[in-house]
Amino acid sequence: MEIIVCIKQVPDTTEVKIDPVKGTLIREGVPSIVNPFDKNALEAALQIREQKGGKVTVLTMGPPQAVDALRECLAMGADEAVLLSDRAFAGADSWATSYTLAKAIEKVGKPELIFCGKQAIDGDTAQVGPGIAEHLGLPQATYVQKIREVQSEQLLVERAIEGGYEVITVPLPAMIAVEKSINEPRFPTMMGTMKAHKKTIPTWSAADIGAEADKIGLDGSCTQVKRVFAPERKGQGEMLTGETENEVCLLLLEKLQGAKIV
Amino acid sequence: MTELIKGGSFLISQTEPEQVYTPEDFNDFHKMVSDTVASFIKEKVLPVTDSIEKMEDGVTVGLLRQMGELGFVGSDIPEKFGGAEADKITSLIIAEQVSRGGSFSVAFGAHTGIGTLPILFFGNEEQKKRYLPGLASGQKVAAYALTEAEAGSDAMNAKTRAVLSEDGKHYILNGSKQFITNASWADVIVTYAKVDGQHFTAFIVDRDAPGVSIGAEEHKMGIKGSSTCSVIFEDAKVPVENLLGQLGKGHQVAFNILNIGRYKLGVGCSGAAKYALELASRYAQERIQFNLPLAKFGLIKSKIADMNIRTYVTESICYRTGGLINSLVENLDMDAEDAGQKVAEGIQEYATECSIVKIVGSETLDFVADEAVQIHGGYGYSQEYAVERIYRDSRINRIFEGTNEINRLIIPATLLKKAQKGEIPLIQAALKLQEELLMPTMQEESDELLGKEVQAIENFKKIFLLISGTAAQKYGEKLIKEQEILGRMADMVDEIFSAETAMLRAKKIAAAKGEDAAALAVKMTVCYVNELVPKFEAWAKEVVAAMEEGDTRRTLFSILRKLTRYEQENVFALKREIADAVLKGNKYTVTV
Ligand SMILES: Cc1cc2nc3c(=O)[nH]c(=O)nc-3n(C[C@H](O)[C@H](O)[C@H](O)COP(=O)(O)OP(=O)(O)OC[C@H]3O[C@@H](n4cnc5c(N)ncnc54)[C@H](O)[C@@H]3O)c2cc1C
Repeated sequence: MEIIVCIKQVPDTTEVKIDPVKGTLIREGVPSIVNPFDKNALEAALQIREQKGGKVTVLTMGPPQAVDALRECLAMGADEAVLLSDRAFAGADSWATSYTLAKAIEKVGKPELIFCGKQAIDGDTAQVGPGIAEHLGLPQATYVQKIREVQSEQLLVERAIEGGYEVITVPLPAMIAVEKSINEPRFPTMMGTMKAHKKTIPTWSAADIGAEADKIGLDGSCTQVKRVFAPERKGQGEMLTGETENEVCLLLLEKLQGAKIV
Repeated sequence: MTELIKGGSFLISQTEPEQVYTPEDFNDFHKMVSDTVASFIKEKVLPVTDSIEKMEDGVTVGLLRQMGELGFVGSDIPEKFGGAEADKITSLIIAEQVSRGGSFSVAFGAHTGIGTLPILFFGNEEQKKRYLPGLASGQKVAAYALTEAEAGSDAMNAKTRAVLSEDGKHYILNGSKQFITNASWADVIVTYAKVDGQHFTAFIVDRDAPGVSIGAEEHKMGIKGSSTCSVIFEDAKVPVENLLGQLGKGHQVAFNILNIGRYKLGVGCSGAAKYALELASRYAQERIQFNLPLAKFGLIKSKIADMNIRTYVTESICYRTGGLINSLVENLDMDAEDAGQKVAEGIQEYATECSIVKIVGSETLDFVADEAVQIHGGYGYSQEYAVERIYRDSRINRIFEGTNEINRLIIPATLLKKAQKGEIPLIQAALKLQEELLMPTMQEESDELLGKEVQAIENFKKIFLLISGTAAQKYGEKLIKEQEILGRMADMVDEIFSAETAMLRAKKIAAAKGEDAAALAVKMTVCYVNELVPKFEAWAKEVVAAMEEGDTRRTLFSILRKLTRYEQENVFALKREIADAVLKGNKYTVTV
């Protein structure tokens, strides 16, 4: 099975500190990592390859140093990696990003499966995976928490939904965006790391993938960031306690009446 | 083929920055391995610390196997025996990252180092084929059993005996080994016995061989999750094929392997010190007293700075030594039948450096762990906080792999032997120095980077030559009995290597990335040398006072005064800056 996994290099948000004055993230000195959900996506792809054979290609759009993230994926066991890097890609929103990735996927070939993480921990939009599917005109399954069965024509998966999950079949080829709970990503091995270190990773530009100039980067973006700010802190919540539920309810009622809400 | 640097030659020759290997020279592969092992320890080992410390069944061995499957256990082992055959820097990096795991790292270190390496280096093809694949994958665990009740530091006083069985198929071993790491879970034990009561010989013993039993677990101060037991041989039957190396040449195996054990122990200490520093830095910023985070207080900053400086020195000498050993291995034909033995013998060339790394590493970690506890105050004394464990775990490092006293004795002994054999021209250098010191000289002011420190380190070397030359003349062969003098000589050698390496690394960073990038390393070097100068003078005077009297003593004192002339810097200010850099990233910091 031909599988493509789209990954993103992100700042390790567990290491990010907040500037106490400006309320913004301090990115300086923060290590870059592979977006954790994307590692789950890669793990899912590798498990399918182990079952069914085939090839796993990882794809990322990012600055030249995003090659480190690709190498980590190769060390985990991916077969090939491609970096999409071009000044023209800069400033892309989720629409332009998914367009660019879709164009690159078409260039890689005709994959039967495209895996993405459910979202990137720096942007948290969860839009790029679905966007890729739309650009390519493929079916998609998002929030996938389990792959029950891999058949040659379709996949039987569990999708996380509020309060439970649903089981659906997805005809292939398709885009699958995965949840963290789907698996535990493997560690890179020493041998894998050695191979990854020696591998040449091609860099593709906008021209290489035949992307239209007005659909990529800042110019191709439908959304514009107007302002970034930390939401103002609202007042503290208050916990009401009492011996019985009734007591607490009465207390609440008193408070609401006191505040002239009821 | 590059020219190899002679072991110990740093004392009499000038080393250029580009000749020393530094962590800034890591390639992408090294960095990836480092990150992976760091995540493995963080995600798999640290969360189960309690289970490890309680020695719950299978936890430590299970983790060792997992690391084996990932290929990190067999880093040193050739591919044809199931290993990764990475360079020596890689196995240092692995050891350094694993060291955050405390007890686990002791099990890992004993297995991959002193347990496995004797077979890798001294085993014949057959033995390697039989044992290495299992050891590389972590399926089999190794131990190294040298110490006995009556043979601790005096390892050659071993009482364990071996005799050939009547049918000539087995050696029958009798005796018992003390304090053996990994004993309770080992499958393979490399041990030593005197054949016919005389010929000290190494053997590979299978745990399940008849006559081998394991004693009860030692109740230890620290590294409680590592296994330490006695190993008892009662008419233990060891097949003759399991004789390791040559009959009567067990000391070659034992001591060469210890050299490697020593420098790996040093790098482990560097890793654990970094961990303690991270914890201390975080805590210092979270804990508020007198309305301020502890990190705002000068005395706390000064501790943080000292921790970073000493860790910097330790890390630097570890990788400088690693670089020496790596070049040595790269210059060998690793496919040759006797390649392993050549490596082990080659490492003997750097015995001095290995001992220095062991001493400095273990003493740095003790210092750093102690200050980390201090910064945590009462909470540091509570088992709730990781620094409590780090503090207890640290202490063993000054004891095993040759106590620091034994290593201090090894340093001058090795150097004097090398000098006598003419391998390094110590004696010539000492004579030349005596002439030079009688001539009045003016020290030139230098405006090169760290010029003053470079000069101070040059002078340290002169002091060392002066002291050891005088001692060698006075005591001759009997110098070996003057342990206090030897100890001070070792202190001087340790510190020359340390200060010089710190300086060279700072210069190397400056040459590669500019003086701004090197600013912190430069400051650390300045602080380190500042504190060393008066120590050096005091040590040298102690030795002179013990050897000479009257006019000779006075003349030597005045030479020493001249050689330790150094204008003190404002280290308080420098240390605040160093501490701020650490506190900013909450971690050990060299370049900013
Ligand atoms: C937790 C633990 C794990 C260990 N693991 C292993 C292992 O895996 N394999 C193994 O073989 N051994 C192991 N050892 C043993 C360890 O290497 C020895 O304990 C160590 O070498 C010191 O020997 P000793 O305990 O007999 O002390 P001694 O030799 O009795 O030393 C006591 C003190 O006297 C000093 N001293 C001794 N001789 C001299 C001298 N000539 N001049 C000046 N001072 C001297 C020492 O430096 C020390 O301070 C382990 C020990 C411990 C505690």
